Amino acid sequence: MSSRDLPNSRSVRPLQARRHVLDLDDFSKEEIIEILDSAQSMREILNRDIKKVPALRGKVVLTVFLEPSTRTRVSFEQAGKMLSADVINISGSGSSVEKGESLLNTAKTLQSMRADLMVIRSPEAGTPYFLARNLQHIKVINAGDGAHAHPTQALLDLMTMRMHLGDMEGKKVVFVGDSLYSRVVRSDILGLRALGASIVLSGPPTMTPFNKVLAQSGKALSQVRLEPNLDVAIESADVIVALRIQKERQQSGVLPSMREYTRRWMITDERYQRANPGALLMHPGPLNEGIEIASSLAHSDKAQIEEQVTNGVAIRMALLNGLLMGNMGDLQE
Amino acid sequence: MKELDRLVIKGGRIIDPFNEEDSIRDIFIHGDKIVSGEEFDATLAKVIDASGLVVTPGFIDIHTHLREPGFEDKESISSGTSAAAAGGFTTICAMPNTNPAIDSAHVVDYITLQASKAGPIRVFCFGAVSKGRNGVELTDMEELASAGVVGFTDDGSPVQSGHLMEMALRYASDLKLPVMDHCEDYSMTKGLGIHEGKVSYRLGLQGYPSAAEESIIARDIAIAEHTGSHLHIAHISTSGGVDLVRSAKSRGVHVTAEVTPHHLTMTEDWILGEKDDYSNLEIITANAYDTRAKVSPPLRTHHDREKLIEGLKDGTIDAIATDHAPHTFGDKAVPFDQASVGISVLETAFGSLMTLVHANIIKLPDLVHRLTVGPASVLGAKYNGLSHLGTGSFADIVLIDTEEKWTVNTNKFNSKGKNTPLESSELRGKVKLTIANGQIAYEDMPND
Repeated sequence: MSSRDLPNSRSVRPLQARRHVLDLDDFSKEEIIEILDSAQSMREILNRDIKKVPALRGKVVLTVFLEPSTRTRVSFEQAGKMLSADVINISGSGSSVEKGESLLNTAKTLQSMRADLMVIRSPEAGTPYFLARNLQHIKVINAGDGAHAHPTQALLDLMTMRMHLGDMEGKKVVFVGDSLYSRVVRSDILGLRALGASIVLSGPPTMTPFNKVLAQSGKALSQVRLEPNLDVAIESADVIVALRIQKERQQSGVLPSMREYTRRWMITDERYQRANPGALLMHPGPLNEGIEIASSLAHSDKAQIEEQVTNGVAIRMALLNGLLMGNMGDLQE
Repeated sequence: MKELDRLVIKGGRIIDPFNEEDSIRDIFIHGDKIVSGEEFDATLAKVIDASGLVVTPGFIDIHTHLREPGFEDKESISSGTSAAAAGGFTTICAMPNTNPAIDSAHVVDYITLQASKAGPIRVFCFGAVSKGRNGVELTDMEELASAGVVGFTDDGSPVQSGHLMEMALRYASDLKLPVMDHCEDYSMTKGLGIHEGKVSYRLGLQGYPSAAEESIIARDIAIAEHTGSHLHIAHISTSGGVDLVRSAKSRGVHVTAEVTPHHLTMTEDWILGEKDDYSNLEIITANAYDTRAKVSPPLRTHHDREKLIEGLKDGTIDAIATDHAPHTFGDKAVPFDQASVGISVLETAFGSLMTLVHANIIKLPDLVHRLTVGPASVLGAKYNGLSHLGTGSFADIVLIDTEEKWTVNTNKFNSKGKNTPLESSELRGKVKLTIANGQIAYEDMPND
């Protein structure tokens, strides 16, 4: 057994020593908790009247978004600016990528301008890995790559869960919907695994992984169970995460109809009652109201959707600060 | 390359599977033919010391992408034939996904002319099944046959229509030529380069399921059984596909099959970039999404690999073919989904296959058989003279050091395609000298 088999047993690596945040698979439980604690203190800055500290003054953060995004891009930008970093936003359209310059050449050009950190969102799985492999002098944060991973979303999900439920050991988290093409689920699973939660995936069989695939994936996907029937899956859940459905899936033959999806997998008041009392209801956004979650529930106090967004800024502040400065939490001058 | 009239290859271990020979003796070459010792005039002959080396017929590759005409930045006929020579291949068969496609006699003539200028490596062409490889109308197949093509295929854009496949098989049977199919149901794959399974799921990539290959193999076999024609399955990659071919052969269907060196030696795990057959899905490193291991059909599972080896050994799979698919740096230096599919194989084929011999999985004479007699038999009995070392056969010969260790360095490739996941790997077994048509086409021997 190599050392790679046991991420939890390794000593905590200070965040500053990290080159990149590509996914949560190489984070130990202690390291995740350290980030969540740091984000807690970042939240305090968010509540101030003057929402700015000089921590990252003189640091340059690039956000490179090759597909449309509002919340994640703005969240990173705000996080960087509140820490006084210079944040430069680059999108796929209107940049040299659109003119046909290869992503590799564009990224090397940006690196040559001596930016410190690049936040990358890409419609293609593996793009942050590709950049991390090819760029020697810049740190990379994965802000979502295709259907693969979304580690900062996972951290903000973990933060939200932990704020309400405390220790996640043994807690039951149910993901509902498209877990096959969801980058959020993959990263959430890795984070929840580190914290010891149990995980159930419920959704259309065309949108959930094969059991045989999960069985072959070893510890990477341990603690994951499939239960297509949502009424059964939701029993005594502590957290319910509804995933975004892409409506074009219907045209490609993956889904019979929105009507059928809603009938079988929408979180309704009635289904919510089957979960543990006070169960958290979460959604990575953007929400299709009345498809993934019934409107009445989405606007109730059970839903943590807005809190997730706030925590997202705090998590990204903690990561930027940790990666670039190494001092977790302590921002008092 | 040196032009020589007479050659003696002295003291090598002759492995000639066609003649079931495995012995130490000398080989005499006069002009482009192997001659007997009695009729050989040794004066002025160049003597090649082959002691300690294995001497086999030149390898035959029935599946090579030479890229010319149209994609000379990836490969040219000159660079591709040089790569073949370095890999021990004396005969290669160009695939028709060029621009223009090999869908008319003019293109066959062009390639044949360029090949003769390039050197002694024999280059045959596969003609396209459909005009412009568009999958709609048959090419002028008899005209292509007269120009010398050895078979038909739309490899690179496989025939989706069952009707067109049936028509191609019926038409080609009259010409006594095989139809080769790259078996892939596009509606299930859309050109993906990773097997649908644990690695694709873990990496969040859409996978190419085994069923997309198996269902088309089943379709093609049913059609070939109906028409009585010769069907050749290109680069078979799935255990289910091997079962289908085995069962068809036992019923007497005229079906042959080939497998690539990479499907015999690598698995889906290689896309994780750790050159590790038994990957750990725990932590995905920055080496993952290795586009050099992106190939179509994709690298599959350990189970598939074992069944492919079994099929190669029991004769279900007739030949090893490289599917040599050179690409430029830029074709591969992109995110995984954007990268071109294919591996540059010619120069590593033998060395990588030798890992199977060194691991006692396959015997050296059997491996040589599948690189010589096997592919020749797919092309037809008239090509037997290319695949053995008996008197009167063509002087297409390879000298091999089965023990020499060497490190793959793509900068030293003759091929323009540097795209291989074997870069920097150490291989054991090296081609030392290649003779094609009686001429030395490649030499890596100590100076005498």
